[in-house]
Amino acid sequence: MAKVLMKGNEAVAEAAIRSGCRLYFAYPITPQSELIEYMSRMLPKVNGTFLQAESEVAAINMVYGAAGAGRRVMTSSSSPGISLKMEGISYIAGANLPAVIVNVQRGGPGLGDIQPAQGDYFQATKGGGHGDYHTIVLAPASVQEFADMASDAFDLADAYRIPVMILSDGMLGQMMEPVEFKEAKTDEEIAKLDNQHKDWCIHPKEEGEAPHHNEINSLEIDPRVLEQHVLDLEKKYKLIESKEIKVEEYNINKDNDMVCVAFGTASRIVRSAVDQLNAEGKNIGLIRPITVWPYPYATIANALHDKVKKVMVFELNLGQMVEDVKLAVNGKVPVGFFGKVGGIVFTPEEIKAKIEENL
Amino acid sequence: MQVIATRPKSLTDLQFTYCPGCLHGVAHRLIAEAIDELEIQDTTTGVAPVGCSVFAYKFFDMDMAEAAHGRAPAVATGIKRARPNMQVFTYQGDGDLAAIGTAEIVHAANRGEHISVFFVNNAIYGMTGGQMAPTTLPEMKTSTSPYGRKTDDVGFPIQVCELLNTLQAPYYIERVSLLSPADILKAKKAVKKALTYNKEGRGFTIVELLSTCPTNWGMTAIDSLKWAKEKMVPYFPIGKLRDRGEE
Repeated sequence: MAKVLMKGNEAVAEAAIRSGCRLYFAYPITPQSELIEYMSRMLPKVNGTFLQAESEVAAINMVYGAAGAGRRVMTSSSSPGISLKMEGISYIAGANLPAVIVNVQRGGPGLGDIQPAQGDYFQATKGGGHGDYHTIVLAPASVQEFADMASDAFDLADAYRIPVMILSDGMLGQMMEPVEFKEAKTDEEIAKLDNQHKDWCIHPKEEGEAPHHNEINSLEIDPRVLEQHVLDLEKKYKLIESKEIKVEEYNINKDNDMVCVAFGTASRIVRSAVDQLNAEGKNIGLIRPITVWPYPYATIANALHDKVKKVMVFELNLGQMVEDVKLAVNGKVPVGFFGKVGGIVFTPEEIKAKIEENL
Repeated sequence: MQVIATRPKSLTDLQFTYCPGCLHGVAHRLIAEAIDELEIQDTTTGVAPVGCSVFAYKFFDMDMAEAAHGRAPAVATGIKRARPNMQVFTYQGDGDLAAIGTAEIVHAANRGEHISVFFVNNAIYGMTGGQMAPTTLPEMKTSTSPYGRKTDDVGFPIQVCELLNTLQAPYYIERVSLLSPADILKAKKAVKKALTYNKEGRGFTIVELLSTCPTNWGMTAIDSLKWAKEKMVPYFPIGKLRDRGEE
């Protein structure tokens, strides 16, 4: 298929529809408006359900219901709206339901602003809602990757019965880049997807099927039963950690002078700075976590070759992922940090200067 | 030998967890009987609330979802949109529906969502130990209104059916009570009507069932029935507010 020029918000929506998503519930918020608007235009054309919910809270609970009925369902929002959805995400995790949530991050805390930021890293990767749970979190760095992650997210959600978040930001949502889409799933393929969860989901009893009493639920009032339930969730998380880590290693080699770590939009800017420095004869490597949960701790630890005297972390926040990098580095070398907040995005020149300062 | 009464098929064999004198069991039974009579058990699913009836998802013998506090109408919306051929109902108490879930019920009703809502109003938060509800009557003492509900401070009890009756979309709105055998028979008719309309795909239906809470009201079961008739019914009048099927 030919490439098309599209905003990230629209590309991820189109890719979700192509992945078989026929149900989408959301509430308007900047800077993800193009996503909800795209869904409102396109879903009716494929006999899908677009519903603008009365609130972020209602939207995520509609997702809980549709996911409980075993069908591919998505919602999207931006930071303040994601905070409101956290109750529902905790329930979705607790009830072992597959769902996809897109966060087009903006500046915070509170209402913050509507510019790109990465201030929701802790919320996305460390839980966010109440209780012991994890959400798989995918962090795109281009419009193409944002779109590709829609189908990855649905596949992961279905495979593990887990909420999957795509953690983008206002930059990726708003900017246009060429995208090549995967083939859209056929109606037959979608029908198959919609039937894949019949062993546990809400569905009518069909001809020849035994009567069923499936419960979509996160309540276990007996402490021993709840303990086992949470331990079972933990088992699932360990399995995901062992199988689903994705990370890009850019110019990582045994002669690196320094290793940088950045994700999403920030990583693109860091890459420009790294390219410039390497053209000038330095040997700087960049590690870009693609899954920020599960986190590529081992990749970072393994990149600490002899010449690496420092690891530098760059984020559009005041230092959140840097804590995971420190866990990975485990005190072997110092870990430095540089970040920008308020929706201000650093320049390659600023990054270059910070790397040079720390070499 | 002829069987004249039996446990409805649409209830599981589990023993209810309700207090002596509680009317949730009656409400459950009415819904289950109506589902049986309409022969829709295989295509019906329900959403349980948070509150005393939180375990309703165990008691109804069909696929069931347990919702977060107040969110049952949103969860039911998601299920109905995902499985349009199913009959979806919510079962909610007054704290769940008329306080923390106000937005969800109003908007589900306003969309004319094709679900049935069974709203059990006993003027109190039962499960958490008898706190003031949005439907607690003026001057009524609860564990968080120990001096009586002061309307100049916390307002008046919300009349949910009257509130929803200001909207265009709802198809059927009726308030019934479970306070006497005759009332229960009338309640059964309303419950069955709501589920009939649901089965026929007519639109949003709600039945409010006035109930009691002997435990948290601090009364015997008999006294609580009497109290509800004297105090609750005048404030929450029994009757049909809307029935588009009979217009």
